[in-house]
Amino acid sequence: MKSAIVVFPGSNREGDVADALQRASGKRPELVWHSTGALPAKLDLIVLPGGFSYGDYLRCGAMAARSPIMREVVARAKAGTPTLGVCNGFQILCESGLLPGVLLSNAGLKFICRDVHLKVATRRSLFTHRYAAGQVLRFPVAHHDGNYFADAGTLKRLEDRDQIAFRYCTPAGETDADGNPNGSARNIAGVFNAAKTVLGLMPHPENATDPATASALGGTTDGKTLFDAIVEAVSK
Amino acid sequence: MKRAKKAKAWPKPKDLMGLSPAEYDTACAILGRTPTHTEHGIFSVMWSEHCSYKSSKKWLKTLPTTAPWVICGPGENAGVIDIGEGDACIFKIESHNHPSYIEPYQGAATGVGGILRDVFTMGARPVANLNALRFGDPKHPKTRHLVAGVVAGIGGYGNCVGVPTVGGETNFHPAYNGNCLVNAMTVGVARKDRIFYSAAAGAGNPVVYVGAKTGRDGIHGATMASAEFDDKSEEKRPTVQVGDPFTEKLLIEACLELMATDAIVAIQDMGAAGLTSSSVEMAGKGGLGIELDLDRVPARETGMTSYEMMLSESQERMLMILKPSRQKMAAAIFEKYGLDFAVIGKLTKTGRLVVKKNGQVDADMPIAPMVQASPEYARPWKKSPKRRAIDAKRLPKRDPVAVLPKLMGSPDLASKRWIWEQYDHLVRGHTLQRPGGDAAIVGLPGRKKALAMVVDCTPRYVHADPVQGGAQAVAENWRNLTAVGATPLAITDNMNFGNPERPAIMGQFVGAVQGMRKACKALRYPVVSGNVSLYNETNGNAILPAPVVGGVGLLKDADKRVDLALKEAGHALIVVGKTQGWLGASVYLREIEGIEDGAPPPVDLAAEKRNGDFVRGLIGKRLVAACHDASDGGILCAIAEMALAGRKGADLAPARADNAYLFGEDQARYVIATAKPEKVLALAKAARVPVEIVGRVSSGPSLTLAGRVLISVEALRAVHENWLPHYMSQKN
Repeated sequence: MKSAIVVFPGSNREGDVADALQRASGKRPELVWHSTGALPAKLDLIVLPGGFSYGDYLRCGAMAARSPIMREVVARAKAGTPTLGVCNGFQILCESGLLPGVLLSNAGLKFICRDVHLKVATRRSLFTHRYAAGQVLRFPVAHHDGNYFADAGTLKRLEDRDQIAFRYCTPAGETDADGNPNGSARNIAGVFNAAKTVLGLMPHPENATDPATASALGGTTDGKTLFDAIVEAVSK
Repeated sequence: MKRAKKAKAWPKPKDLMGLSPAEYDTACAILGRTPTHTEHGIFSVMWSEHCSYKSSKKWLKTLPTTAPWVICGPGENAGVIDIGEGDACIFKIESHNHPSYIEPYQGAATGVGGILRDVFTMGARPVANLNALRFGDPKHPKTRHLVAGVVAGIGGYGNCVGVPTVGGETNFHPAYNGNCLVNAMTVGVARKDRIFYSAAAGAGNPVVYVGAKTGRDGIHGATMASAEFDDKSEEKRPTVQVGDPFTEKLLIEACLELMATDAIVAIQDMGAAGLTSSSVEMAGKGGLGIELDLDRVPARETGMTSYEMMLSESQERMLMILKPSRQKMAAAIFEKYGLDFAVIGKLTKTGRLVVKKNGQVDADMPIAPMVQASPEYARPWKKSPKRRAIDAKRLPKRDPVAVLPKLMGSPDLASKRWIWEQYDHLVRGHTLQRPGGDAAIVGLPGRKKALAMVVDCTPRYVHADPVQGGAQAVAENWRNLTAVGATPLAITDNMNFGNPERPAIMGQFVGAVQGMRKACKALRYPVVSGNVSLYNETNGNAILPAPVVGGVGLLKDADKRVDLALKEAGHALIVVGKTQGWLGASVYLREIEGIEDGAPPPVDLAAEKRNGDFVRGLIGKRLVAACHDASDGGILCAIAEMALAGRKGADLAPARADNAYLFGEDQARYVIATAKPEKVLALAKAARVPVEIVGRVSSGPSLTLAGRVLISVEALRAVHENWLPHYMSQKN
């Protein structure tokens, strides 16, 4: 599998996601500095990692979405290259128009770093096919602006077309206000594009892949399944 | 104070910029004339308490700083220790108290930025941040605002630069109403043979400025940090710097990329006293002179004078001496990251600091005499009066059923989750123990080993008895690292005290250093870096003295770590160490009886070492399922915390069950849970370590004492977790 992680000035979880991909695929992804100009040819996966691209002093992800390398990311993604955006990467995907909706400030107006529970909303995607339908996962979040918002029409369309990947939930799997850490509309934690080749999500599956750190995370390596699924799907 | 010449009285300007008249005369004697405005400013910051350690260095010199594993002790940007396999750990703690009180968000944020630079300046990749925070009475009208601002500032900076904030401590006390304490620690990792120092070399080599532009922020910050506060302190807000973590992140990456080459001769961050102290320190350590052309300094605003440029404390800046042949390659790296890179001068053989601006020489001063004449005071000090021990039998009888939740929900013991969930403590993906444990643990990629780290101080003990309190801070820190299974290696200290010109305060400082010295020696736990923050007073009210200890330990096998969570019903609960029932200066006495008095628990360093080595040995033999040090709130609060972490109940039936036994704060103790109590007891007997079985982990939902329910674990969780979020949600 050939994957590339786009590193913007201010990205800071590129190493975490590189480790996760290496764990799943046995191969180190290529880190591509934003100003290098071009992505490697024939990629199986593009990743936009977490962090604070350009400091995120404006709307999160807004600067990165307008950077030259994103023109190529958008073109490749539209041509079908699987693309994953985590946290700041999700914000950038939304800002660049690859995914619908935006990420607002958390309802509590504070940065939150803790484990959350997620319900797998669909297993019909190259990212989620190895989960069970409705499976409850535990991933950490670490963000200040993870409050997913889209207008009612868009939300309905996303639901109708099975474009919601994950929803925040309680440990028991209830997708209610108690399980919602940041005020996201309909508890949405991650969404797909229409073709389901692009996934953006706020929680960090890459930080729940290492058996060595699992004990600090309530025993979870639930994120590994997501990366395994990608590897399996693109290797076919 | 050493004098360059016998001082004569020189004509003085109205504003001495914080220098004493005698110091001003010394400056004149060194120059043979009165200083220019710029030179006066340079003397003022170089000889400020903050930069010169003039009140403290006489005593700091007495602390042990060496061990076979110490690579670099105090005097550089940070301390360096050997952690095996060719790896080194570089770490330091630093205060940003005064700025944080005046402007909490930026003050705390730039505190984090400053300590990060101290560590990566030496070639280390920062892998973890910690902080020690002390705020005033929760009822004080400013406290809530300070907590919110400081925590947001620390998070805002640390989260953005991508360094996990993995641990810390937070206390509240009215003595901090007018002076909060914000101490930030950074731990980094480097290869042992790739460590960078600050001593300049090679006359003619270029002096290179990198990072952010220089502005008018933070001018005379070091001088502000060297004076007491009064009601007009708010007016000092312009001396607080403004942080830009995005630029810092780029600076980290650019510097580490450059450090992988052979371009750097010397490097120093621009922290307190900015361009002044970095250039003076680098040239001074190298026995060289330095010539700066300030017209070439990247400036954020126009019309800055040389005085302003030399004293600016604008953040995210570094000064480097480069090999001339590598200048172009180095410039390309900084250009890649969009950072300024400017050759602003050169090293000379003159031994003088020469500052030019607009073609004019604004300062021309000899470096060595200025550094050598840096004042050192043997300030008069008075021993703190001894307090009497508290006789627990004379205290009112109280039901532990009422006491336990009250203590666990008190500001100092309540959960600090509200704080640490605002810090990204997972980024980089190597956090093995999150905040909330005895010590944080961070793994090293590709290695079996891990680093354990923690910050500690119990100011109420130091106030009650500076010698015992100083020793206790070191001992508790050592104990916390031991409790996760790590071998403690070295410490960094952050000495927060009041006005050293008052003999009673100076006495606290001297006593604390004496206690720390004893403990560091007994535990083979040297000091490798540190910082002093004095004048923490407002209108003459001093803080409770806080010699905060930041410690780093090594777990050779990260898989053998333990945490405090109870694991399995049936495990025996064993207290290691002797319990007399010491209530003097305890949380119990303060929170339950409303008394802040009594001698603090004595620190028996031999017992500390013996008990700690024993516990670490048990952990290494995998005989310990859970471990927690017994400190604030004693055995019962320790067990309560273990029950909360493990979501398990416990049935307790200790030989004694009086409150002095349950809540006393005797030192050198641990509570462990084990599946093999007989084995532990036998080993303890052989090692002559006092142990007692006090109960068992239960399958029930509650903590019970002699068959009686104290409280359910979930009810305990509510009081423990709710205090801080509830407090922060209120309005003044």
